[in-house]
Amino acid sequence: MNKIAVKELSALFSLIAENEQLYLPAEKGGQTNYARYEEGTRFDLSTLKTVKSAKEIFFPQSETLYTMYKNGKKIRITQQELQSENFVAFGVRGCDVKGIEVLDKVFLSAPVDSFYSARRDHGTIVSLACGEPEESCFCTVFGVDPANPVGDVTTWLVGETLYWRANTEKGEALTEMCASLLADADEADVEAEKTKIKNILEQLPYTNLSLDSWHGDATKEKFSSELWKELYKPCLGCGTCTFVCPTCQCYDLKDYDTGKGIQKYRCWDSCMYSDFTMMAHGNNRTSQMQRYRQRFMHKLVYFPANNDGMYSCVGCGRCVDKCPASTNIVKVIKAFAEKEGK
Amino acid sequence: MQELIKRMKELMADGTVQRVLGWKKGDLSYNPEPYYFNSAEELDDFVYDGFCGANLSKYMVKGSNLEGKTLVLLKPCDTYSFNQLIKEHRVLRDKAYIIGVGCKGKLSPEKIKEKGVKGIKSISGAEIDGDCKELKIDTVYGEKTLAYKDVMLERCHVCKGKEHMIYDELMLESVDTCDGDRFTDVEIIENLPAEEKFEFFRKELSKCIRCNACRNVCPACNCRKCVFDSTKFDAEQKANVDPFEESMFHIIRAFHVAGRCTDCGECSRVCPQGIPLHLFNRKFIKDINEYYGEFKAGEDAETKGPLTDYTLEDLEPGERR
Amino acid sequence: MCECHCHDNYNLDTLVPMVGVVTDIRQETPDVKTFRVNAPEGGKLFEHKPGQCAMLCCPGVGEAMFSITSSPTNKEYQEFSIKKCGVLTDYLHDLQVGDEITVRGPYGNNFPVDTELKGKNLLFVAGGIGLAPLRSVINYVLDNRDDYGTVDILYGSRSADDLVQLKEIQEVWMKAKDTNVYLTIDRPQDGWDGHVGFVPAYLKELELTTDKTVLVCGPPIMIKFVLAALEEMGFSKTQAYTTLELRMKCGVGKCGRCNIGSKYVCKDGPVFRCDEVDELPDEY
Repeated sequence: MNKIAVKELSALFSLIAENEQLYLPAEKGGQTNYARYEEGTRFDLSTLKTVKSAKEIFFPQSETLYTMYKNGKKIRITQQELQSENFVAFGVRGCDVKGIEVLDKVFLSAPVDSFYSARRDHGTIVSLACGEPEESCFCTVFGVDPANPVGDVTTWLVGETLYWRANTEKGEALTEMCASLLADADEADVEAEKTKIKNILEQLPYTNLSLDSWHGDATKEKFSSELWKELYKPCLGCGTCTFVCPTCQCYDLKDYDTGKGIQKYRCWDSCMYSDFTMMAHGNNRTSQMQRYRQRFMHKLVYFPANNDGMYSCVGCGRCVDKCPASTNIVKVIKAFAEKEGK
Repeated sequence: MQELIKRMKELMADGTVQRVLGWKKGDLSYNPEPYYFNSAEELDDFVYDGFCGANLSKYMVKGSNLEGKTLVLLKPCDTYSFNQLIKEHRVLRDKAYIIGVGCKGKLSPEKIKEKGVKGIKSISGAEIDGDCKELKIDTVYGEKTLAYKDVMLERCHVCKGKEHMIYDELMLESVDTCDGDRFTDVEIIENLPAEEKFEFFRKELSKCIRCNACRNVCPACNCRKCVFDSTKFDAEQKANVDPFEESMFHIIRAFHVAGRCTDCGECSRVCPQGIPLHLFNRKFIKDINEYYGEFKAGEDAETKGPLTDYTLEDLEPGERR
Repeated sequence: MCECHCHDNYNLDTLVPMVGVVTDIRQETPDVKTFRVNAPEGGKLFEHKPGQCAMLCCPGVGEAMFSITSSPTNKEYQEFSIKKCGVLTDYLHDLQVGDEITVRGPYGNNFPVDTELKGKNLLFVAGGIGLAPLRSVINYVLDNRDDYGTVDILYGSRSADDLVQLKEIQEVWMKAKDTNVYLTIDRPQDGWDGHVGFVPAYLKELELTTDKTVLVCGPPIMIKFVLAALEEMGFSKTQAYTTLELRMKCGVGKCGRCNIGSKYVCKDGPVFRCDEVDELPDEY
């Protein structure tokens, strides 16, 4: 275990940024999101949840995949270069690390998505334990330990000290890079912090949320439930929940004519949008009820069916915080539990 | 509030209305959701308190297609939106039974959290029957007390007034919450040098994640099919290729709702990135007031808006009043 | 450039297409054209199996999934029969021989020609442009004629002018060994002396024996009634295969668009046995 004083963090970040790209939560216009660190970046490790999750570091909201150049009848294609420089994602909370594991299931399964995979290969994840979890958090329900998150390096912010533990080879390498600023530390403070966090977790309102009836074999029973017809009603059909979600990975592929070439870019898409499944000759999900149902069925039934029971929700609670109509996955789970008498 | 529930149950029981469009208690103390109550029993979960900021008028676009009348609860500022929707033939007046409910200012959970409050277990002081002066918040990190006013939505500080513009009956008391001028912030930006103005908007709009929450919640954004949802249009909804695209979206939207926006403030309330979107709309309102004389969209359901009405007194391009 | 070797194996991403050149265009019907596509240097772009699809794109216009209508036994090119029904297909219909497009694929599963279908008597039921994916199988079967039993082909469309691949049907399929072709059109028409009536009704009239494996493709409403007719005739759901069509973007089961239940139509389909279709949520 290592440590560094909080007041030394700027020096630490400058050191990392000299060697590799560094992404970390930073404040801009009153909101905290992941940003590339540069000298003077207003980094912010105290905000528990960035608005957008750490997903965007590995799966950016918009990225060009290749460019098509037309010359008369001829077409020439050049692929966008893959991430080839190492980088560090710093301050990633346990839920977001788990979110990346969920994305791995999608993008690293055959055929591998090379754009994502290159970023995973070159990225080192430094996680940060959640000293003060909030009422909308329910990551423990999905097996996340916010007191001891995984990642290449795990850090804890305790008082004026940041504690640091390397977990993997990548983590060791980063530790070595930062060795001049890191001091040895014993684990007593961190153990006390973990205990403190565990105590808080037990008091949070969503801690005992039960997922018992949600599993890969529940398609028929859950899909046909009448409850969806009530639950979807407040839904505005916007994409807030999907865009702040660490695990939503649906995307769109679109053309952008730069005047010199046509870029094929990929951008986040939302199954909540009315045109998501629209084709030239029809749409198989025409109502918001169907679209609303799809999102939750996908996270809690279809995804586990394909991924050994792993849910495509990590309990970060961003949708709980951000839904304009205050409908969210927790309310869905609770409504079904109530109906099913559990 | 019990009085209100009693009255709603009466109106359901005597067949005046088929359902109630109101707010359903959340599972946390600050997240009630818009809800159609179809029976008296369901109304046991009804709530109306400081966290019921959601403007229900737009839900009546759908509500107008339902069988029978819908009892809809509208706060004073919501009634402007409802009038405007009537004017645009998007809601039907005779499908709604409007109870105009009093308002003591609506609260912003974001602002509460900005005050450093986290781990909320319960909140008291937001009840509509109380005096709405102080919030007592029980959290896993201890008790906190906040002045109600300090965590009110921005729009409530520049409230248009607690008078309902349209209703069938009125219930519950209001408290005046206005303590500012809604054009002050617009003037501050107007007076910035061009570069700083540009920088301000770039900083704010580059946060946009194109989730469309502002558009979908906006009562003035009631097109059956939005131009940004068209697949035949380059700047389609999700495409945030560069910051310019985002600015385009918001500027086009602001132009489209100009003269129809009632300044209900829902866009800023729902923006997950806290972009002060209302400033765009207020700039248009301010300009319209200056060019065409004071106009409040939604004050009634008949008057033509200045941008859709031609008069001989209209300004010529380049003229100022 | 990068010195690491960690992504040597995936230098060209699966989402990055190949360039294909249109080498022949046949007007099949007023709104269907068949496009022949080759690699710019000649030859086929890739090998595929009957029933598989590919993503065709006209840069700046759009990209969509189309079934490959030519048989894998064709060693020279791939063909796509495309109905004009949207922005991209309008553009495709304006293409000239020699124009280039982008192609990626093949995607999806295929009709089980090497396993379940082998040695079986086959019944193909197609409606309109739905013949496109089945044509790939039919030609594959006829090119490997001894591996399969009898072949019955029932094909219908709105009018005689809307029957695609008519030349091949008359000159190849109708003359093939142990092969019966039944054509029908929805409404009577001058110059048409064949059968008139909807496909499901004609299917019942034919009183075919139930010792066949059935491959169905066409408009959703036709598929629905054909499956009902088959059941009535005594066929079981496990005897019939069909294809589903949902909106697709990536083709590799990741973008989420064609997700239905735990299946992704682009990857787990488009071919499903009809009892499998029954297991899916009713959302297709």
